[in-house]
Amino acid sequence: MSTAKQALVRSLRKILPEDAILTEAEELQPYECDGLSAYRCRPWLVVMPWTPEQVRAVLALCHEGGIPVVARGGGTGLSGGALPLENGVLLSLARLNRILAIDPENRIARVQPGVRNLAVSEAAQPYGLYYAPDPSSQIACTVGGNVAENAGGVHCLKYGLTVHNVLGLSFLTVAGEEVSVGSGGLDGPGLDILALMHGSEGLLGVVTEVTVRLLPFPESVQVLMAAFDDVTWAAEAVAGVIRAGLVPAGLEMMDRVAIEVVEDFVHAGYPVGAEAVLLCELDGPVTAVEEESARAAALLRQCGAYDVRVARDEAERRRFWAGRKAAFPAVGKITPDYYCMDGTIPRHRLAEVLTGIERLSRRYGLEVANVFHAGDGNLHPLIMYDASVSGELQRVERLGDEILALCVAVGGTITGEHGVGVEKLDGMCHQFDPQALEQFHAVKRAFDPEGLLNPGKAVPTLTRCAELGGMHVHHGNLPHSELERL
Amino acid sequence: MDRTSELKETIEAAIASRRPLCIVGGGSKNFYGRRSQGDPLSIAGHRGVVEYAPSELVITARAGTPLADLEQALAAEGQMLPFEPPRFGPATVGGAIAAGLSGPRRPFTGAVRDFVLGVKLLTGRGEVLSFGGQVMKNVAGFDLSRLLAGSLGTLGVILEVSLKVLPRPAVELTLSREVAIDRALDTMADWMGQSLPLSALAYEEPLLYVRLSGTERAVASAADRLGGERLAEGERFWESLREQQRPFFTEGNADLWRLSLPPAAPAPDLPGRMLLDWAGAQRWLRSLEDAQKIFRAAADLGGHATLFRSRGARHEVFQPLPESLAKLHRALKEAFDPHRILNPGRMYAEL
Repeated sequence: MSTAKQALVRSLRKILPEDAILTEAEELQPYECDGLSAYRCRPWLVVMPWTPEQVRAVLALCHEGGIPVVARGGGTGLSGGALPLENGVLLSLARLNRILAIDPENRIARVQPGVRNLAVSEAAQPYGLYYAPDPSSQIACTVGGNVAENAGGVHCLKYGLTVHNVLGLSFLTVAGEEVSVGSGGLDGPGLDILALMHGSEGLLGVVTEVTVRLLPFPESVQVLMAAFDDVTWAAEAVAGVIRAGLVPAGLEMMDRVAIEVVEDFVHAGYPVGAEAVLLCELDGPVTAVEEESARAAALLRQCGAYDVRVARDEAERRRFWAGRKAAFPAVGKITPDYYCMDGTIPRHRLAEVLTGIERLSRRYGLEVANVFHAGDGNLHPLIMYDASVSGELQRVERLGDEILALCVAVGGTITGEHGVGVEKLDGMCHQFDPQALEQFHAVKRAFDPEGLLNPGKAVPTLTRCAELGGMHVHHGNLPHSELERL
Repeated sequence: MDRTSELKETIEAAIASRRPLCIVGGGSKNFYGRRSQGDPLSIAGHRGVVEYAPSELVITARAGTPLADLEQALAAEGQMLPFEPPRFGPATVGGAIAAGLSGPRRPFTGAVRDFVLGVKLLTGRGEVLSFGGQVMKNVAGFDLSRLLAGSLGTLGVILEVSLKVLPRPAVELTLSREVAIDRALDTMADWMGQSLPLSALAYEEPLLYVRLSGTERAVASAADRLGGERLAEGERFWESLREQQRPFFTEGNADLWRLSLPPAAPAPDLPGRMLLDWAGAQRWLRSLEDAQKIFRAAADLGGHATLFRSRGARHEVFQPLPESLAKLHRALKEAFDPHRILNPGRMYAEL
């Protein structure tokens, strides 16, 4: 152990119990990566405080010593947002996992950041309430991590993202100062720092408490499955349903490759041979769901669906969803490796983008399965490959870049819900011009002047963009010509 | 119609001469917030709907576009701004976003900031920047678009905004019934905990008002279940509430306070008359009570207060912030408007 590390461990032992500090190689290893295992780094050391007060003390200590800190929740992130540093503290919030209060009168829950997403709904269930945001990893991902990534899920077309369902936050600044934003009501005083914290990927503060909004269970839920023999028609059906004034609770799509893989894996009853399947969930009062299901079925047929099935009972509804939810593991079964992309596009460009992805897939000779949140235009192309084949990962990354460039070109974005992390830093150079990136850095400095919280993530340095050649050039003038280019 | 370069030049001149600017849209909310000193910067001519694709549920408009024009364009396609921003006169889109005020539908569909997808803004450094976009889900970079909602022009001049919109419900119906004020809060909480097609819940003594929205049969069956008198012109009631045209708002000399509270919070121990909106989470108070006492009472109940309209001095308008939060406000102001050119003092004296 280096002297600096020994000194830090000594100081940490004064403020934390023995079991909250991990220093041995075998203890550190599980923290080398988050859900994106392609990027790994052995953390310098890991601390796992039990209380917000201990978190505060750790931050204050690190701030004083100029030691960088990376906060980590469930470690399910898919962009390397919780990738540790070899010279910094990995701050696990997993032990801050208490549900502090369920308040059915005000329909809110106060929870610590390490509470799992699904645990909130489980705790609220006896009151007939639930927490709407449902990222696919909800069994394992934490509410604090959801805030950091502004996580979405199947239901966010109708119920919004994490930011729409959080009413208040307590967080600690890099110096360990406590800040509360939002309120027990529907808004807080001053600037909307509550919104700003969402999706800030741990760069602005460390969340210690979250107040979430709970909703009553819908009286009725229905799912329709529509099969198409042309992916373009399915894409148009998505626009058709929304244009007709329906706001489904979920509107999900799978392409031919995904359907085949999933059907083979879970036998959900999907029509193998279809070019695309749409799942359309409607929820609300019984009568509304009946009326809307009938309308949706008619619309889907009108848009070219050759088969529309309405789930006959709860078991069938669950089976329809089981396929969609198992899509990632199903793909994992048939290929040694896959790379999951996360671009969002305007819905009306869906058909065009899917055709583009297919063209790129053929050009690179890499198969792509498409499983995505069609209702909000959030694509998750899964590129299948074999990492043991020399050079294949590099080809996958190039294909992935081209897919994201296509998303940006049609007016979309490089990440809809997984975050930038370390993975999409270069993509940020394509999407934002240097002045916008500099504004992000200015906001970062407002919260963390020395850049100690999760450094190197989410917002690329201008130098990095310059090296990549991804800078926008206006009128032939190279911006930031003062920067060194390697 | 695109006045971006002209606005940019005005800001650059203001930076050079260190003369602050007061951003003016339609001027409909001049009464709101603290008074700000500076030369007027009108965005009124910077107008027009830039893009509107109804199947995308997204509309993009320049900030000086009259709110009424935008709403008309949406209505023609059977869509609406779900946050029902109050107009208070000839409001502009930019003003509605900067003020961050939402109408009766807010607890059911969301606030202004919940529907902001992207903005183009002019910072206090004279830079034109774009954040967010026109897509529903976007986590690339910090969410500076939503931060601008309700920022009262203190961080930048909103040039253009992309908003998520929603289809208008097929049917809307308003019911009213007479109840006592404490009973009203219980009833609201009870209904809010059920799967009902609610879209507004307010109480103006002695009547509790509920708006139902959705499909024909769903609204009819909910109306049967809840009971009460059907209002022939329900929408007019909600509009007069949103626009503060009801006698509660227009009569008398007492200050109008907005209390944002947990919906089930008991009535604050404050003198004056009260009107409830947002199922109890937004309470309007007409009172001449001392500002500090009102701020304290709201905070004690887990919320905050705003002096919304006053004929008197406008020094203390917004809930005082604890120092840790105030510090972040000052740092953010510095990050967007280091020369303090834009609406200085409109929100807090030091902002």
